[in-house]
Amino acid sequence: MSIVECINVKKTYKQGKVEVAALRGVNLSIDKGGFVALAGPSGSGKTTILNMIGGLDSADSGRIVVAGNSYEKMTQSQMAELRLHSIGFIFQAYNLIPVLSALENVEYVMLLQGIPADERRKRAKAILDEVGLEGKYDRRPAELSGGQQQRVAVARAIVSDPIIVLADEPTANLDSKNGQGLLEIMKEMNSKKNVTFIFSTHEEMVMEYARRIVYIKDGMVAEDRIKKA
Amino acid sequence: MNLQIAWRNIWRNPRRTTVIMIAVIIGVWNMIFLGALMRGIVVAMVNNGISTLTGDIQVHQKGFRNDPVIENSIKNPEILETILNNTLPSDAKWASRVRVSAIANNARHSSGITLAGIDPLREADISFIGEAVVQGSYLKADDKNGIMVGQALVDKFETKLGYKLILMSQDTSREIASRAFRISGIFKAELESTEKKFVFVNMPVLQQMLKLQNGVSEVSIILPDHQDAHHVKNTLNADLPSNLEAATWRELLPMLDAYLKIYDGFILIWYLVVFIAMGFGIVNTTLMAVFERMREFGLLKSLGMKPGRIFAGILTETLILLLIGMAIGNILAFLCVYALSGSGIDLSSFAAGAEFAGMSRVIFPVISIWDLSAANLVVFVLGLLVSTYPAIKAARFTPVEALCHT
Repeated sequence: MSIVECINVKKTYKQGKVEVAALRGVNLSIDKGGFVALAGPSGSGKTTILNMIGGLDSADSGRIVVAGNSYEKMTQSQMAELRLHSIGFIFQAYNLIPVLSALENVEYVMLLQGIPADERRKRAKAILDEVGLEGKYDRRPAELSGGQQQRVAVARAIVSDPIIVLADEPTANLDSKNGQGLLEIMKEMNSKKNVTFIFSTHEEMVMEYARRIVYIKDGMVAEDRIKKA
Repeated sequence: MNLQIAWRNIWRNPRRTTVIMIAVIIGVWNMIFLGALMRGIVVAMVNNGISTLTGDIQVHQKGFRNDPVIENSIKNPEILETILNNTLPSDAKWASRVRVSAIANNARHSSGITLAGIDPLREADISFIGEAVVQGSYLKADDKNGIMVGQALVDKFETKLGYKLILMSQDTSREIASRAFRISGIFKAELESTEKKFVFVNMPVLQQMLKLQNGVSEVSIILPDHQDAHHVKNTLNADLPSNLEAATWRELLPMLDAYLKIYDGFILIWYLVVFIAMGFGIVNTTLMAVFERMREFGLLKSLGMKPGRIFAGILTETLILLLIGMAIGNILAFLCVYALSGSGIDLSSFAAGAEFAGMSRVIFPVISIWDLSAANLVVFVLGLLVSTYPAIKAARFTPVEALCHT
């Protein structure tokens, strides 16, 4: 069953007077529970596809359907609602809120969802324990290492049980040990909670973890490879 | 948690927050404290005006205000007295006077003055003179030769207590009437010009000197509350005979009335000017904070935060800044007002200039609810209003635009 459908998605950006075609007609279908890598060189369009799937950016043409919601018919407010309840994000630069502790960063999404404080706290602590950050609840981002910050970001992305998690080069700022640790956590969450993970990368090590690799080149799907179990 | 986040956001850059908070504190302090000083000047001017023989309301013969000559006196004050006793609130006070222009002479000097014939007992309750005598004694009802003179006139005439003063004026038959009095009391007033202008004698003596029989120039009324003057005047006018008319102090002192009206408008303009300076600081600080956190707004939007919530977050931060600034500004202003409430600010060295404007020699700050509310409302409402611009800007960033911001 497809959880993400991209049908002939095109996107062009303007850089000064020059128009750059970022996506030239991407067709992609991802099933629920997938652990999918979008691979390709810098500037190939990986991040743009992730932004489109996450509803952070809009396509010039084509159709994107996520969890049965067709983006072309949705308002900004509906998109925000969809992101809040169904999509988790992990960014290359962690993007934690610096004035909040690890626990509060994880709690914040649930605050936006209107979940009561007690439950928020309980769930945030549980997920931080799961990603190996027990005892570090009250540390602010500046007091955590890069690997730990990215684990907080993973915890924040999955704490409210989203349908899909989009990760844009999640290990790019981490050393290989921390990168592997993070991927193990993501893989565990994928199998335990059946959350669909879609991540962009150009690292071989990351691709090894993926069950499916979609190669993007010049804004198009160049190759779509499903690994054998 | 939203408040907690806003609070922490404010203190991300403590130096910047402190600077803008100091700007708000100084602005609010300035508005309230200097406003209180200005209000103090105005209140003193009104009180001086009312207590310097004006009162809250005066009753005259029609035509007296345009031509204040002795012929335009009230001929039968008994009828008026009956109406006053029946119409005025029980705790209102009133006194009749004879007031004429006159010339005062002694062996060396002469000067134009206003000669007031008073009922010493009643007058003491309604005008400054009751508590103004600093040498000699206040007029006694049976003193036929006594005169109370201002300190400045005594100095000018180089005279002293117990010395003679000759007064000349025109009587009802347009003849020159003159009489010698002996200085029985010397008074000091808020304004030096009052000391030079007014001299006081017993009313029956002056009535006899001017052949006025029992006529009076005016009846001055003091009400428990100045604000009631207009209403009481209307009631009085309805009951008075057609040859008499009542007027409030605002009508009797049109310059002062005009000044008060200008003052209320002026203080609002001044509040706005102070605020504009402060407002630029608020907008600048908030905009800087917004641009610094653009990536974060992108993140929040990608997490599913709606623009309205981002807008509300920025406004909450400004609100906290404003409330703290206003609280400290108010406290500082009240402390300054309290510190000056005993001694006031002595402007004696500028007395001549201050008197020209009708100001007292000592200014006591007065905090009025209107000024206090206006100052706080201006800062609060406009402060929030100007911060809507950066808040709207923050709310309008698209997530991608914000996340790509470096």
